[in-house]
Amino acid sequence: MIRLSQVGKSYDQGKTWAVRDLSLEVEQGQLVVLLGESGCGKTTTLKMINRLIEPSAGTIAVDGQPVLEGDPVPLRRSIGYVFQNIGLFPHMTVGQNVAIGPGLARWKKADVDRRVDELLEMVNMPPAEYRRRRPRGLSGGQRQRVGLARALAVRPRIMLMDEPFGALDPLTRDVLQDEYRKIHQKLGLTSIMVTHDMTEALLMADRIAVMERGSIVQLGTPHELLTAPANAFVDALMSTPRKQAQRLEALMEEGATS
Amino acid sequence: MNAIYQQFVGSLHQLPYNLSQHMLISVVSLVLGIVISLLLAILATRRVSLRWPLLTSASIMQTVPSIALLALVYALLLGLSTLIAQSGAIGRIQGISFITAIVALTLYSILPVMRNTVTGILGVDPALIEAARGMGMTPGQILRRVQLPLAAPVIIAGIRTATVWVVGIATLSTPVGQTSLGDFIFTGLQLQNWGAVLLGCVAAAVLAIVLDALIAALQSAAEKRSVARGIVAGLGLMLVVGGGLAPLVIPKPDHLVGAKTFDEQFILASLIRDRLNEAGFSAAKQEGLGSTIAFTKLRYNQIDCYVDYSGTIWAVQMGRTDVADADTVLAEVTRWLKAEHGIECLGKLGFENAYCLAMKRSQAQELGIRTIADLAAHASELSIGGDYEFFDRPEWKAIRNAYHLQFTQQRKFQSTLMYQAVHRGEVDVISAFSSDGRIAAMDLLVLEDPHQAIPPYDAILLVSPKAATAPGFLDALKPLLGSINDDTMRRANYQVDRGDDKRTPDQAARWIEEQIAGH
Repeated sequence: MIRLSQVGKSYDQGKTWAVRDLSLEVEQGQLVVLLGESGCGKTTTLKMINRLIEPSAGTIAVDGQPVLEGDPVPLRRSIGYVFQNIGLFPHMTVGQNVAIGPGLARWKKADVDRRVDELLEMVNMPPAEYRRRRPRGLSGGQRQRVGLARALAVRPRIMLMDEPFGALDPLTRDVLQDEYRKIHQKLGLTSIMVTHDMTEALLMADRIAVMERGSIVQLGTPHELLTAPANAFVDALMSTPRKQAQRLEALMEEGATS
Repeated sequence: MNAIYQQFVGSLHQLPYNLSQHMLISVVSLVLGIVISLLLAILATRRVSLRWPLLTSASIMQTVPSIALLALVYALLLGLSTLIAQSGAIGRIQGISFITAIVALTLYSILPVMRNTVTGILGVDPALIEAARGMGMTPGQILRRVQLPLAAPVIIAGIRTATVWVVGIATLSTPVGQTSLGDFIFTGLQLQNWGAVLLGCVAAAVLAIVLDALIAALQSAAEKRSVARGIVAGLGLMLVVGGGLAPLVIPKPDHLVGAKTFDEQFILASLIRDRLNEAGFSAAKQEGLGSTIAFTKLRYNQIDCYVDYSGTIWAVQMGRTDVADADTVLAEVTRWLKAEHGIECLGKLGFENAYCLAMKRSQAQELGIRTIADLAAHASELSIGGDYEFFDRPEWKAIRNAYHLQFTQQRKFQSTLMYQAVHRGEVDVISAFSSDGRIAAMDLLVLEDPHQAIPPYDAILLVSPKAATAPGFLDALKPLLGSINDDTMRRANYQVDRGDDKRTPDQAARWIEEQIAGH
């Protein structure tokens, strides 16, 4: 379980706040999406959880343990992180990229090798074919599969994902969203994902936190957001997927009647 | 053209030793320079406040002319060694010339490696650094596993630049007494042995190009992750460096005969070396030493003997400004050398090589000049040329003050070029050496010194404290005392100086032996 209590981030000693007084609880096994437009503070919030950004105010606890004290390095190693621009290391092979986490945790070589193969299988990248390849030769979708495998390598219980599918073509994005949802379920992960894509949020999230100007304006299930938007901003956000759905439905019916 | 080819081939026998010394100082300096600059560069990337000062000081270092940097480091080390010797804490710094070359070359190699490393590390995509942090890498792990590997091509480009610079600049360590490929260039320039100059240049250039190409091959192997290529390039590099250094393990001669930077010294060093070898010692020459450097090396037993001039020791080392007659000077110099430095002054070789003022005989007669006193009346319309040292030497001050000389212009020359300048009328008066063969050859008039402002310059044979105790060493040299008169030395010098039918210093030394035997 992840609990953020009155967390804030200011870069100018409190004159302005990128994230302000934000509280959020994510239950074990849930997938929560932070949704909002660019600059609303969603990525900042995500990065404060593994202290890539140090909060200016508030407390954060993971499984009841406060995370803002002590060394951030072990914390980061225990949390899977998927980056917006993937961040695969170009000087390492696919296998080496995936093996970084286990290597940092000083696993035995044989265990690392077995784990890398297992993970590449899981993200549908046959190890025999891809293990020795370099990231440069891979498609965007393949790279993010490797990024996902790398984040899952040390069996984290928590995954943080920063617009993981943002740069992918719609078809690949759809497949990967589906796959991730299954992995999340199967491994019993607790995930927080940042996106500005309303459809993605609605399709993947257990709960959605809509953010605006550094604060959460509504927290609820996709159903609640669609049916009972808390304010005009949320309503406007939801109008796009709603309209798309209606239009699609209309198109389907048209096809059925003709 | 053929003559240059002959000289080129004739100098080849010195190549293995000079190359090995050159390789040694280059490789040691580069390794030190790379380690230091990597550390500084990493510091500069972590502490923004240090970045500007570090890069700027490295740049400033680079703007100091290389020969000046060597001279400064030498002076600094000499000062330090004196301080240390005085404090009595540690013995004297040994190998001061070697250390000077290493320090100066290391300083030179820092800028390219440091600048490229900083650029390379700062140029790594920030997203990758964040990814590394996010996965839980410590700053050290990020540096080793992400930043340095990704910056490697830029860093290696810097190392290649440094390699080419250092190999080139290492030739300048000859004047501070460190043997290098520069020995060919400096003695070649002095002797107008253009073949030797060419050999020095070609050898240094080839060495730089080969090392550069091998490092490039190593880099390309690393980029392509090709183990086979890496092994080939690595072996090549080891082979070249090892092969170059190999002559170092050949047993070195037990004794070194020093020579300053001019022809007479080369000839006398050859003569002394041959005498020592005949007496069963193994001796070699070390040529091209600056005047003070030769003396310092002797003091610290880094060379075993060389020829100096009584007036030089009197004025430069003892700092005397008064003038005495030749016997008094010799006696006091001998006593002082023994008492202060334990140096043995064996005695006079027989000839004198004094600083003197000389001008074209025709011009002197036209103006009615015979002595320096006559010259003083005309000096305000005349120009004077001197070698690099002359105008800074106490003798010049003594002459100037004694005769109230005031010339229109004062110019410094490399000594060969100085004679040509007076010959062509570019300057009217020069600071010549009385034993120089070119005085007769160019029909120059040596001006008399009625006030005796110039101290006597008897050629004297000096032996280092250590060599003086070697059994038989002094006895092997003693027969040379009083054996070379002014005329013999002047003629031997001319054989080496003249443009046509030029002899090597070794040949001139053998000619002197024949003269000695003939008497």
